[in-house]
Amino acid sequence: MSFAWAKPYEPKNNFMKWLDERLPVPRLVYGAVGGGYPVPRNLNYFWNFGVLAGLALLIQIITGIVLGMHYYSYAGGAFESVERIMRDVNAGWVLRYVHQNGASFFFAIVYIHIFRGLYYGSYKAPREMVWMLGIVIYLLMMATAFMGYVLPWGQMSYWGAQVITGFFSAIPIVGEPLRVFLLGGYAPDQAALTRFFSLHYLLPFIISAVVILKIWALHIPGSSNPTGVDVKDEKDTLPFHPFYTAKDGFGIGVALILFSIFVFFLPYSLGHPDNYVEANPLVTPAHIVPEWYFWPFYAILRAFTVDFILPAKLWGVLAMFASILLLFFLTWLDRSPVRSTSYRPAYKIFFWVLVLDVMVLGYAGQAHITPFTLALSQVAAAYYFAHFLIILPLVSKFEKPLPLPTSISHSVLHGEKEESAPFGLTRTGPAAAPAAAE
Amino acid sequence: MATVEQPSQPTMPGEPQADAAHGAGVRRRDFINIAAVSFAGVGAAVAVAPLLIQMSPDASVRALSSTEVDVSKIQPGQGIKTVWRKQPVFIRNLTPQDIQAAASVEVGGLRDPQTLADRTKPGKQNWLVTLGVCTHLGCVPLGIGEGENKGEYGGYFCPCHGSHYDTAGRIRKGPAPTNLVVPEYEFASDTVVRIG
Repeated sequence: MSFAWAKPYEPKNNFMKWLDERLPVPRLVYGAVGGGYPVPRNLNYFWNFGVLAGLALLIQIITGIVLGMHYYSYAGGAFESVERIMRDVNAGWVLRYVHQNGASFFFAIVYIHIFRGLYYGSYKAPREMVWMLGIVIYLLMMATAFMGYVLPWGQMSYWGAQVITGFFSAIPIVGEPLRVFLLGGYAPDQAALTRFFSLHYLLPFIISAVVILKIWALHIPGSSNPTGVDVKDEKDTLPFHPFYTAKDGFGIGVALILFSIFVFFLPYSLGHPDNYVEANPLVTPAHIVPEWYFWPFYAILRAFTVDFILPAKLWGVLAMFASILLLFFLTWLDRSPVRSTSYRPAYKIFFWVLVLDVMVLGYAGQAHITPFTLALSQVAAAYYFAHFLIILPLVSKFEKPLPLPTSISHSVLHGEKEESAPFGLTRTGPAAAPAAAE
Repeated sequence: MATVEQPSQPTMPGEPQADAAHGAGVRRRDFINIAAVSFAGVGAAVAVAPLLIQMSPDASVRALSSTEVDVSKIQPGQGIKTVWRKQPVFIRNLTPQDIQAAASVEVGGLRDPQTLADRTKPGKQNWLVTLGVCTHLGCVPLGIGEGENKGEYGGYFCPCHGSHYDTAGRIRKGPAPTNLVVPEYEFASDTVVRIG
């Protein structure tokens, strides 16, 4: 698909030939994830996370469709139907645990995937579109996860719906009517629950469509790699199958083991007991926090407490959305031509400080509000924006990067002729023949 | 130089020349491939199981598997419709004429040969308990309620496709293949029937 030496698909028998001329799906698969897609040979395990995210999406869609067969999107019966799934439906408990923990699993994978992209400069040319489509997927995931969390109609569901739709009321003039419009009422109720269920079912399919666009966009330049050096010739790549199918297969095995530990032994470790109390519009839980994957954003939301030109409430909402929208502009904020942070000594420090900063925001987002945690979230939120808007442009301007390897194959094989021969041409292949004669 | 192991070549389609150098025989890598793929296959099968068994009747449905009905108020010639496992059940108190009519039929000539005695409990031959589900395609036959069309044989008549059942609930005319089903039941007392 992407490189001149990509092996073309050759139908093995007459039936496949017949099919290829009419519906070339096997050709598409061969060129996308088969032997016909050359991939840099030096990818490390961080490159497993794209496939893992796809797996997580698939798990969520399959278990979600099945749970939808038993769930009632009825305000008077939603909570009970979830309990019925847990107690009465055959294997319902495992399906729900997988779906519930699967959301966390999905976000954990996607966060590692995003930081992988930040570290290795995956947002830089020519992969800007891949990165931006990824941010679109991430925003859709957040909307999907939020609406899914409302469906069990527990206390956290209800008050989550109340607070999140409250964001819209921060918009001047049209805010409150917009909130009422979105909820179909003055507070979350039947109308909101039914539309959230409908959209929660729809959005994963829209995500799937964007995933297809993203893979399409990715396969034009091909995958990036840990050195950030462009692929130069055939020696730098390996066919996706069997090399990366095997590597991804191993990664999937490890990921599923970790996931199973949560599903079978710690199913409630990432949830809130308050959500096992049915929604009560008259009582807010004493300590209301979102799911862990929203903590950093919740901290940014809460960091604004003083009206400054605009009301504090609006600042919080704007900052929270800006913290993600900022990522769309990363390509233009980071001017360094060097992709991989491994060769950027100064930026490397700031990268890890950013990781730490996001973790601090996460901590602040779930903590009780005290003067200390508030100050912490304010400092961490300020640093978050400073990183992208000040540090990143300045560092990329003044930093002196380390020398880059001359090629991918040189960086991993140190020039051994035998090993760096193109795949399939060693030993008995024609290209290896002169080498063998030496 | 030839000892350098180039991984996985033989598994690549269109690369047969590599294996020739190795000679025949199962390599360790082949074993690992087969073992890993088999293990993944077993895992996938295990993962699919809950996705399928969730469709079978759940605990709340299975809890409805038996039901008790008081029949003390049903006079001869009357019948009631009740519900078992969400399906209609007909309980009919046959008149002596109904029993007579059922007994006078040549059993060998029926589509689904059964006597009235086969379809009732000993000593309780006047109590006909059947599912109210036509054995053709599942509609509820008429004839249990007062004034409903009982069909040409004085039992039940299915309005969907015109099956006629007699006073013993046996198929006599029309497309249905078998007699109305007699569910498992027993008399818990003289006046109470336990179905299921």
